[in-house]
Amino acid sequence: MTPHLRHLAKAVSLAALCAAVPFAAMAAGEVTFIQPVEPTGLDPSEDSPVAAGQVTWQNVFEGLVTIDRNAEIQPQLAESWDISDDGLTYTFHLRPNVTYHNGAAFDANVAKFSLDKLIGPDSTNGQKALYAAIASVEVADDMTLVVTLSQPNSDLLYWMGFPAAVMVEPTSAATNATAPVGTGPFKVDEWRKGDRVIMSAYDGYWGGRPELDTVTARFIADPQAQVAALKSGQAQVIAELGAPELFEQFTSDAKFTAHAGAGEMEVVAGMNNTRPPFDDPRVRQALMMSIERSALVDVVTSGYGTPIGSHFSPASPFYEDLTGTYSYDPEAAKALLADAGYADGFTFTFSVPNRTYAQRSAEIMQAFFQQIGVTANIEITDFPAAWVTQVMTGRDYDMTIIGHAEPLDINIYARHPYYFNYENPDFDATIAAIAAATTPEARAEGYKTAQEIIATDVPALFLYSNPKLGVWDAGLQGVWENGPVPSNDMTDVRWAN
Amino acid sequence: MPRLLRILKQAAGLALVLGISSFVIFALIEAAPGDAATIMLGTNAAPDTLAALRAELGLDRSFLVRYVEWLLGLLRGDLGMSYIYKTPVADLIGERLMVTLPLAVLATALSLAIALPLGVWAANRPSGPVDTVASLFSQVGIAVPNFWIGLLLILGVALGLGLFSTGGFPGWSAGIGPAFSALILPAVALAIPQSAVLTRVTRASVIEVINEDFVRTARAKGLSRTRALWRHAVPNAMLPVVTMLGLQIPFLISGAVLVENVFTLPGLGTLAYQSLSQRDLIVVQNVILLFALIVLVANAVVDALYAVIDPRLKGRT
Repeated sequence: MTPHLRHLAKAVSLAALCAAVPFAAMAAGEVTFIQPVEPTGLDPSEDSPVAAGQVTWQNVFEGLVTIDRNAEIQPQLAESWDISDDGLTYTFHLRPNVTYHNGAAFDANVAKFSLDKLIGPDSTNGQKALYAAIASVEVADDMTLVVTLSQPNSDLLYWMGFPAAVMVEPTSAATNATAPVGTGPFKVDEWRKGDRVIMSAYDGYWGGRPELDTVTARFIADPQAQVAALKSGQAQVIAELGAPELFEQFTSDAKFTAHAGAGEMEVVAGMNNTRPPFDDPRVRQALMMSIERSALVDVVTSGYGTPIGSHFSPASPFYEDLTGTYSYDPEAAKALLADAGYADGFTFTFSVPNRTYAQRSAEIMQAFFQQIGVTANIEITDFPAAWVTQVMTGRDYDMTIIGHAEPLDINIYARHPYYFNYENPDFDATIAAIAAATTPEARAEGYKTAQEIIATDVPALFLYSNPKLGVWDAGLQGVWENGPVPSNDMTDVRWAN
Repeated sequence: MPRLLRILKQAAGLALVLGISSFVIFALIEAAPGDAATIMLGTNAAPDTLAALRAELGLDRSFLVRYVEWLLGLLRGDLGMSYIYKTPVADLIGERLMVTLPLAVLATALSLAIALPLGVWAANRPSGPVDTVASLFSQVGIAVPNFWIGLLLILGVALGLGLFSTGGFPGWSAGIGPAFSALILPAVALAIPQSAVLTRVTRASVIEVINEDFVRTARAKGLSRTRALWRHAVPNAMLPVVTMLGLQIPFLISGAVLVENVFTLPGLGTLAYQSLSQRDLIVVQNVILLFALIVLVANAVVDALYAVIDPRLKGRT
């Protein structure tokens, strides 16, 4: 070796040694959580409400009300509220002494600004439709906000607790996407795009200083890489592990808490209800009976998911177990198909988004369909871009499969247009009745009926509800076990001593 | 041909190729279904909300208007604003280059540090034990894809032995040590296939040169075998090695896309991949154009290096 090369070799090995310094363990008061998708902006009232909410909802931004870990509505920036007997007027009594991270005070004018922005004509809030019942927002006094509806909507208070309806302040609203300013326990210090968002405790928080000093959100899409980051101590929480087969190893590891919680996502195979043969309910029912959902769950979610028979998941307070409506019975399915005029089966195109759960489910369903003589040609579509354009908005498909993550979203079957192309006046009337319900009992009854109607009519094949497979450091307390709203609420998280 | 004219001609050629690339890139991405607004708003968005956001992002304007605007911006040195991040694209690319550039340099340095000694050594004693090892290394190294090596390194070195980082990038602000620790395994993953090719080229080239007259002359003048090898044979054998190094730059870039994703490094490759799946058109255009520019410049540099290495090639282009 020449002196030059020897020098180079020395330098390289020295550098390698320097790099091999083991990682400093996370200091107390710091937590890093992993989520698969990086938000397109950090303001959940404007950008990608799910991914943005998973970083900033509750941590940075708060609403008039909030949804707690048990899916219950709780007061937040509104201490209390009154609803008029006709269900048309909501009077919110706001919490005093609340400040934003930039020092601005929260009051009824700020709240009015937020809601007007949400429902206004220039709104780019993807969930705007949920708040369509709001007719006007008025300031009664500094601490009192009056919201008037054009028609009763018993779900509205629940939607008000959503990431999409967080309270933003006028002077920072335009820059919240990159430099969010909220009223929450943590303020955003830095967003390293493509990598992480770093947040730290806000001293002026109305609820008192949070337990943690620093909270970091890291964006890692690959489940294997998520696991590697957790095991090497670079992160402490995976709120939703994307690969169920990697979950098992944590259940017996004392260093971690592994919890298969109830998730909000229902995986359904939607059919184009106006396109033959799916316009015949008997065909849809036969397809439903051809699938053994428990076997599907075993393969797709390593058995952690729950088979469903209608659109709600067991995480919903209104969940009804309707898996028995059309349980697995391939012989009955064949008979029903013959009855509908398809004794020899048929062939269709199955437009499957390029997501692991969807592709796996589709392959298993293809095998089940084959047993009753139905051939599904799987066609993989790029999600979200191509899928949203072709299936969701274009409604040009036979059958597709997707997870619906929004809570209380059974009303999608009453939306016209929506990708199912499903028309059922009885169902529409039921959804209208739920909105107009003035008692909790009437509302619950409405949701029960709605689930039963679609369980029988099968506008989509109801497959399973996705578990929320959470893994976190065993020393952490207060992490949400269930996921009534997609979020990583770190408000109550702390290290046990 | 006067030198200035040649440089001007080369620059014009470069500009023309970049211009054509820019249009092809723009048109291809435009043809893909879906846009940034659709992705940002999710599956529940109402058509009027979508229209509002498209208008806000300027996506409602025609293909040509947006293309020309982009080109005019480029001429002013303005790469535009990311739809998704609402940040100037130049800033995004600058941040990511801080990861990808050191990674590429480190990978190239590593691959040379492996390939040169190994190739020369193997050439010095053909069919000896080192040559056998070198030939096995280059066969395996060429056959195994770099992202797979990356996965093995994560499982074995990072998780198994607890050495180095498994992914992510702490940022240069965290200090040289942690930053280097995050880059070393991805650099190794990138370097192994590259050094496998370089080892093979170095060996073949040195074997060819080693039997030439000038090496024999050097030996006859009393130089030791090793000195004659390193002083006279190796420098003269470098031309194919430099050529191969230049040719490998596109592979280094495409490799970086995969390896950065495996190691979740926020580099240029991850940015390209991510913005493509989010249809952040303006970012994709600029990043791919930058890749094209890097490849073109690398080729020009290799051409220029030829003349330095082998003066006989001067003036021939």
